[in-house]
Amino acid sequence: MELIVQGIIKAFELIISFDPEVLGITWLSLKISGTATLISLIIGVSIGTAVALNNFFGKRLVISLINTGMGLPPVVVGLFVTILIWRNGPFGFLGILYTPTAMIIAQAIIATPIVMGISLAAIQNLPPNLRLQILSLGASRLQLVWVLIKEARLPLLAAVMAGFGGVISEVGASIMVGGNIKGYSRVLTTATVMETSKGNFDIAIALGLILLLLAFVINFLLTQIQQRQKLR
Amino acid sequence: MKDETILKAEKILLERGGVTVLDIPELHIRRGGILAIIGPNGAGKSTLLLMLAGLLKPQKGRIYFQQNPVETLADYQALRRHVSVVFQEPLLLNGTVFENVALGLKFRGWGRDEIKQRVRRALDYFGIRHLEKRSAKALSGGEAKRVSLARAFAVLPRVILLDEAFNALDPPSREDIIRDLQKTLEETKTTAILALHDREETLRLAQDVCILHNGKILQSGTTAEIFHHPASEFVAQFVGTETILPGVIQSSADGSVTVAVNGKRIEAVGEGAAGQKVYCCLRPENVTVSRSATEKTSARNCFEARVMDVIRQGYVNKLVLDCGFPLVAYITQSSCEDLGIARNAVVVASFKATAVHLLRRLE
Repeated sequence: MELIVQGIIKAFELIISFDPEVLGITWLSLKISGTATLISLIIGVSIGTAVALNNFFGKRLVISLINTGMGLPPVVVGLFVTILIWRNGPFGFLGILYTPTAMIIAQAIIATPIVMGISLAAIQNLPPNLRLQILSLGASRLQLVWVLIKEARLPLLAAVMAGFGGVISEVGASIMVGGNIKGYSRVLTTATVMETSKGNFDIAIALGLILLLLAFVINFLLTQIQQRQKLR
Repeated sequence: MKDETILKAEKILLERGGVTVLDIPELHIRRGGILAIIGPNGAGKSTLLLMLAGLLKPQKGRIYFQQNPVETLADYQALRRHVSVVFQEPLLLNGTVFENVALGLKFRGWGRDEIKQRVRRALDYFGIRHLEKRSAKALSGGEAKRVSLARAFAVLPRVILLDEAFNALDPPSREDIIRDLQKTLEETKTTAILALHDREETLRLAQDVCILHNGKILQSGTTAEIFHHPASEFVAQFVGTETILPGVIQSSADGSVTVAVNGKRIEAVGEGAAGQKVYCCLRPENVTVSRSATEKTSARNCFEARVMDVIRQGYVNKLVLDCGFPLVAYITQSSCEDLGIARNAVVVASFKATAVHLLRRLE
């Protein structure tokens, strides 16, 4: 119990004192996971929408694969990304192992199926005739997709939250491809793991709390955007 | 007005899972006309509308818009810009009523001021200018329907297609919406195609009717033609000809015939040789019911009848009579009371020879 109290006190100290190291770690977490989420949004929403709107042979199989991807274990992703960008791997020449870039790639791979699966379901859930109605109003293909995405923005924002929540809290892949290098690729989750293993429970708790706080603030902001239109 | 074809379907064939959904050799839509496509559920009405709207490609056959074949994707897109569809459900989007009605104009890249002007006019057609700033998702069913109609008219379509547009509306707002729609169609001179299954709406709105059954057009013509001269037993039943009696022509003279039905003789206007098997079709509103035969009537067919059943249908009662053959008649509730008509009462049913529509019977 004392440990937790100490941790909370320590956390406040670290936050209030704007500890440069903690600040740096927090910023990096935000930057990496934010970028990864953005990438996953671009890929996930476009492919999710495309799959939802088109009928093709094997569509069900594709949807099943996407849904399976939503539960992709981060360590497995970490493993495969590591193998690919390993010095002797097919993409070894890029020299990105143990860099934030590698972490962004790994996290984007984790978040993309989540975003894709949710956007697919969101677009599929729109009334079936809505698409025809928008087309009959004279929409081009692009205008149609844009209107549909706007119409499904509530669940799409949920997709953003799920994607971001998935990667900001993820540790396996980050530690494998990022290496937890101090001041370079150390993020909140990897730092928490390290401090815990070193027995520095107070700092670990502090980092954990900051992570929670960060997740809360981001989700709070997104929820504001999501719910705003309902009140109008 | 010139009878000019604005939209034409030719040799349309559509199959789904081995079942023919649509099989239409030819369908002409008259410019400025109001055509009702009527038929039972699952007849293919909605599918036909989607096809005419350029939202569904036929497997075989072709759609022509203003004499030009619709073939490429660009043709389809162009067709969709001239044809508006109003679906059964309002299908409004998030945002205000104004934004919803402006959508089609935005797609066309209109300027802000033009959009404002057009949207306002469209809202006025349906009396919903005051809803402009309201959230479209918070409207009542009738209001939402008006918005979807205004949205369809805002783009100044050449042709407007309405799929069961008046379903799921309470009777008063349904009446109002039908009236506003009629007015708007008149004012904008828009060609309209309505998928309906209600006879009364068809009679009120349509100039032309086309009967669809199992994906095939059974009959098409003016509303009067279809309702008074149905070409087959199915059409007759569908358009509300309650009495359809099989009989045989006994004699014919001077454009009228005498038909034997269950040992009774019905006089009808029409041609036919003696021995020809026919159906005598009679609409219930053309049958007059009185208490006794002493009343003077010009009707050439008068039968004593026993009332088998009195069925209340709103303001009118439907009488099922037995004159030696079954006969259905409508009578207002008040006349029904005045005449003291109840089950088992004996009355006189009369109808004119011109009210009988003869249909050839093939057996």
